[in-house]
Amino acid sequence: MSKTAALVQWIDERFPLTSMWKQHLSEYYAPKNFNFWYYFGSLALMVLVIQILSGIFLTMHYKPDAALAFGSVEYIMRDVPWGWLVRYIHSTGASMFFIVVYLHMFRGLLYGSYRKPRELIWIFGMLIYLCLMAEAFFGYLLPWGQMSYWGAQVIVNLFAAVPFVGEDLSVWIRGDYVVSDATLNRFFAFHVIAIPLVLIGLVAAHILALHEVGSNNPDGVEIKKKKDPKTGIPLDGIPFHPYYTVKDIVGVVVFLMVFTIVVFFLPEVGGYFLEYNNFIPADPMKTPPHIAPVWYFTPYYAMLRAVPAMFGSQFPGVIVMGAAVVIFFMLPWLDRGKAKSIRYRGPLFKGWLWTFVVTFVILGWLGVNPTDFLGKVGSSDLEMATLLARIFTTIYFLFFLLMPWYTAIDREQPEPERVTG
Amino acid sequence: MTQESATDGKKRRFLIAATSVVGAVGAGFVATPFVVSMTPSARARAAGAPVELDLGKLEPGMMITVEWRGQPVWVIRRTKAMLDLLPKAAEKAADPESNQPLQPDYAKNATRSIKPEYMVVVGICTHLGCSPSEKLKIGPDSGLGDDWPGGFFCPCHGSKFDLAGRVFKGMPAPVNLRVPPHTYTSETRLLIGDDKKGA
Repeated sequence: MSKTAALVQWIDERFPLTSMWKQHLSEYYAPKNFNFWYYFGSLALMVLVIQILSGIFLTMHYKPDAALAFGSVEYIMRDVPWGWLVRYIHSTGASMFFIVVYLHMFRGLLYGSYRKPRELIWIFGMLIYLCLMAEAFFGYLLPWGQMSYWGAQVIVNLFAAVPFVGEDLSVWIRGDYVVSDATLNRFFAFHVIAIPLVLIGLVAAHILALHEVGSNNPDGVEIKKKKDPKTGIPLDGIPFHPYYTVKDIVGVVVFLMVFTIVVFFLPEVGGYFLEYNNFIPADPMKTPPHIAPVWYFTPYYAMLRAVPAMFGSQFPGVIVMGAAVVIFFMLPWLDRGKAKSIRYRGPLFKGWLWTFVVTFVILGWLGVNPTDFLGKVGSSDLEMATLLARIFTTIYFLFFLLMPWYTAIDREQPEPERVTG
Repeated sequence: MTQESATDGKKRRFLIAATSVVGAVGAGFVATPFVVSMTPSARARAAGAPVELDLGKLEPGMMITVEWRGQPVWVIRRTKAMLDLLPKAAEKAADPESNQPLQPDYAKNATRSIKPEYMVVVGICTHLGCSPSEKLKIGPDSGLGDDWPGGFFCPCHGSKFDLAGRVFKGMPAPVNLRVPPHTYTSETRLLIGDDKKGA
C-alpha cells in the first residue's frame, strides 16, 4: 500500500472521507443531459465563497461606528493596499449573487425542479433567497452613505406599519428611535456572522436534500426509474465528478471573465451596482431627492409603492410585498401539471411563464425610477408608472393564483421514458 | 428482552414531556436578556431627552429645524397670510379635523398647534420616512401651482402637506405629519419632547 493510500485508510477509519467523496461527487449520478441552465447552482456556491472571503478581509479595515464607518470605507478604497479591489469584488459579488440566483430560480421554473419529490429542495432554496435579501439589506447600511441610511429608514419603517406592535417592533430592530449608531452596529453583527451562519447551514441542507432525491434535468424525467439491473446505477446518470466538475469549471471561467470586467472597468455599473447617492455621507436631516433600492429589490419595491394607503395605514403595501416573496414557497403545490419540463408543457404554462418573466423585469424597471417618470394618466391625478405597477403586480399574482387551473387544463405532451440527450 | 418489557412507556413519555417543557421555559428565560438587549440603551434613551429652544429671533414666515431623537423637528412662525389660507387647505386635506391620533390632544385643533402662530411638527414623511422639502411660498412662486397654500413636498414619493402638516387627499402618505409633545416654558421658550407642566 502506498503512503497516500495508507493515510486515506487511517482517516477513513476515523472520519467518513472516502464515503462522503463517493456519495456527493464520484458516485453521485446526475442526469447526463444537463444544459446551460445548470451552471448557476455551482456558480451561486462559488459567489458565496467569494463573498465570504472578500468580506473577511473587509472586516479587517471597516469600522461599524456611525462616526467612522463612511470614512473607513473611503480608507479601504484609498489607503489600504488593494483595498479598492477587495471592496469592488464584494460589491460586485452582491449583485452577481442575485443575477446568478435569479437565473437558478428561473431554471427551476423552466424544468419543474420544485415539483414532487423536490419540494424541500425548493423550500430550502427559497429560505436561502430570503437570507440573501436580509444579508444584502444589512450589508447595504454599512457604508453609511445617504442611500444606506434612507434605504434602511424606509425598510425598517415597513415593520412600523404592522398594526399594534409595529412602532415597538421598529424601535427594537433599530435599537433607537431612528436609524443610528446602534442600528449600524447590530446590522454589522447580522451581516458578518448571524445571517452567513444560517446561510451556510441552509446551503448544506439544500445540497443534502438534492443528493437525497437526485437532480432533475431538462426533460423532467426521473432517471432513477431506469437503472442498470446489475450495478443499480441510473442508465441516464453520469458521475458528478469528473463529468460535471469539469463542465462547471468551464462555466466558472466564463463567469469570472464577466465578473472581472465589471470589477475592473465598471464597478458601479452606471449607478446600478453602487448607487451614486451613496458616495455622500449619511445625513439624517436631509433625504436625497430620489431613493430607490439596489436593482435586485426593485420589483418588490414597485409593488410596495403601487398599493395605496388604506385605512390610514401603509400596511397593505407591506403585506403585498411580503406575499410576493412568500407565494414562491407554495409553488410545488400550485402546479397541477403532469409534465415537469417546459419541453412537454402546453401553451398555457409557456405563455404564463414568459408573461411572468416580462412582468418581473418591468416591475424592476418601474422600481428603479421615480413614480412620476412617465407623467400622468391623461388629465387625471394618477401617475402612469403607478398604474402600470398596479397592473403588473396583479399579473404577478395571477401567475401563481391561476396556476392550479391553467396547469391542470393545459395541452401537455407526454414525457419520454428516458432523457433525450 | 426483559429490559424491554420492564419499560414503563407512559411514565417515560411523561418524563420526556415534563423535561422538555422545563427546558423550553429555561430557554425562554435565557433568551429574554438577549432580546431585551436590543431595545434602546440607556444612552439612546437619554439622547431622546427634550430639546429647548428660544423662538424670540424667529421672524414671521421663517422656519428652523432642530434635532430631537435624531429626527428633524420643524418650527415655523406662520404669517397671517399663511394662517388665513389654512381653512382653504383643509378642503384638500385627507384628515382636516386631525382625527388620527398623531398629535397631543392640545394640538388637535384647526392649526394643529398650541399657539396658532407657531407650528411644531416632526419633519418625517408618514409614508416611508423621508424628510419632505419646505415649499413655504404661497401660489406659483412655490413651483407647485397657482393654488398652492404653502406647505411641504416629499421628494421621495410625491406626498404634499399643508402648513399645519396635514396630508392632501390621494397622496402615498396615509396620515398627517406627527406633532411631537411640546410645551412653552415661557412666552418664547419652546420645549420639544416633553409636555408635563412644570417639568
